[in-house]
Amino acid sequence: MMVEVATEPLLTVDNLAVHFAQGGGLFGGGARVLRAVDGVSLTVRSGECVGLVGESGCGKSTLASAIVGLQAPTSGRIVIDGIPLRSGTTDRMRLARTVQMVFQDPYASLNPRRRVGELLAAPLRLHAMGDGKEIGRRVADMLRRVGLRPEHANRYPHEFSGGQRQRIGIARALILEPKLIICDEPVSALDVSIRAQIINLLVELTDSLGVATLMISHDLSVVEHMCDRVAVMYLGRIVESGPWQRIFERPSHPYTRALMAAIPDPFKPIVGRRAVASGDVPNPLTPPLGCAFHPRCPEAMAQCRQAPGPELAAIEPGHTTACWVAQRALIAS
Amino acid sequence: MKMRANLWIGGGFFALAVTAALLAPVLATHDPVLGADLMRSEEPPGREFWFGSDTQGRDIWSRVVYGARISLTVGVVSQLINSVIGTVLGITAGYWGGWWDDLVSGLTNIMLAIPSLIFALAIMAILGPGLFSLLIALGLTNWTFTCRIARAQAMALKSQGYVQAAKVMGSGDLSIMLRELLPNMAGPLIVIATLGMGGSILAEAALSFLGLGIQPPFPSWGSMLSDARDNIRAVPWLAAFPGLAIFFTVLGLNLLGDGLRDILDPQSRSRLP
Repeated sequence: MMVEVATEPLLTVDNLAVHFAQGGGLFGGGARVLRAVDGVSLTVRSGECVGLVGESGCGKSTLASAIVGLQAPTSGRIVIDGIPLRSGTTDRMRLARTVQMVFQDPYASLNPRRRVGELLAAPLRLHAMGDGKEIGRRVADMLRRVGLRPEHANRYPHEFSGGQRQRIGIARALILEPKLIICDEPVSALDVSIRAQIINLLVELTDSLGVATLMISHDLSVVEHMCDRVAVMYLGRIVESGPWQRIFERPSHPYTRALMAAIPDPFKPIVGRRAVASGDVPNPLTPPLGCAFHPRCPEAMAQCRQAPGPELAAIEPGHTTACWVAQRALIAS
Repeated sequence: MKMRANLWIGGGFFALAVTAALLAPVLATHDPVLGADLMRSEEPPGREFWFGSDTQGRDIWSRVVYGARISLTVGVVSQLINSVIGTVLGITAGYWGGWWDDLVSGLTNIMLAIPSLIFALAIMAILGPGLFSLLIALGLTNWTFTCRIARAQAMALKSQGYVQAAKVMGSGDLSIMLRELLPNMAGPLIVIATLGMGGSILAEAALSFLGLGIQPPFPSWGSMLSDARDNIRAVPWLAAFPGLAIFFTVLGLNLLGDGLRDILDPQSRSRLP
């Protein structure tokens, strides 16, 4: 494998926070702050696939919205391909040529009133990428690449199955030839039987086109199939990140282990695999003091229940974790 | 294949009214304005006067046919003005939100608090009677329902994935409103527009009935009803035929609105093989 020269990453997310004010009366009293994303740092290098995993409500999708410019960050910095993202002043057109998104729900993400050909041609026309003939050629080519036929261009989205729709969604994301695509749970709305097809298609296309991917999923097994690096998110923060082998072979954060245990495995007995993390995600409006995971953590110590919570620290090169237990174990060894 | 009876029956009634308006000079058997003959006033329907004659001896059939021109012009044009105002205000308010939404919603609520016919009366009083004043008065007073629907639809649709996708593509606000939002709310807006056309025709009739709309001797269905009110018991055909014309045109528009809503939804179309 080639050693990457230390260049500027394609995507740099630096200490990003997205907070939402919740409730609050007429005069602003009683408002609470929901910290959907709270100090997340992340990099994606060009051509690389990074997985971002976590339960529903941990802030994955909010992070994705912030990266593509749909959600203004409260603080922090996002730099994509050398362009710093600022709310309001960002050049949306230039951003669109660099980063695109595959949405979770293929039923809601395609305009039901436009034919597939129009859906794919619209971004090309908007960005003036070729004349009518060239656009038609590109659309047909992209339909073929995602496993559909060029004549499908004349159909409406509702004439397709969920898997086919997601193929259209992928085609739309790739047609502008971006450098990075954000896949926000691209298969979670699909039947289990077609998930693998879509994941394989994504791997194949991003590899052949050299597109970097930020793969967001609540399912570690999806990430396992395609990602070079994995970041695990819990309640708005990244709790562990590293190369995927390390994360999958030696997960250090108890939350990562809980997620791993949730992957169905026909060769493991069911008994004894369940009770790794109990209970639900705490209310993000009132996060627990200290480590946010401590109420559900089987290994929680006294230190975990006190502020300040653990920060990300390297336990081996390239592998960081935000857990007192893991960090203490490292010091002890 | 569905029958779509409402579409065909409604469309049929409306087409009949449009045909009458367009072919009025051919269909009319007498001059609607100058054909007065006091010697033959208030004759019941018969061979000479198909719908009878009015108090001045004019042929009611001819007047109803010519009246269609006024009623349909008022209905279509004033509703067009309403639809444009309501859609533009509603879609921008729903999509942008913020102070603009507050302003538009406030204005809508104020408009809804004023009885629209009274407001139209006030505008007519300022502009004076006549067709142009009618168009303006009715065009400015009935956009609130369109506005509310457009606003609610824009608010519901703007969080849809395809609108987000369009933003990520770099589409501007105008393009998103026209290409992503508007086609997906066209169904209810068209239904409201057809219903509103019926409402405008009724409002024209009411204003003309009150003497503020179309001025005699020119025929409109409302002004014909107004003329008929003094002796509606003795000469019922004076009121019956313009009344039926209004009834069938408005009914046709309402049925047409329902029918259009069905076919404008591509998901109700049969799947292609």
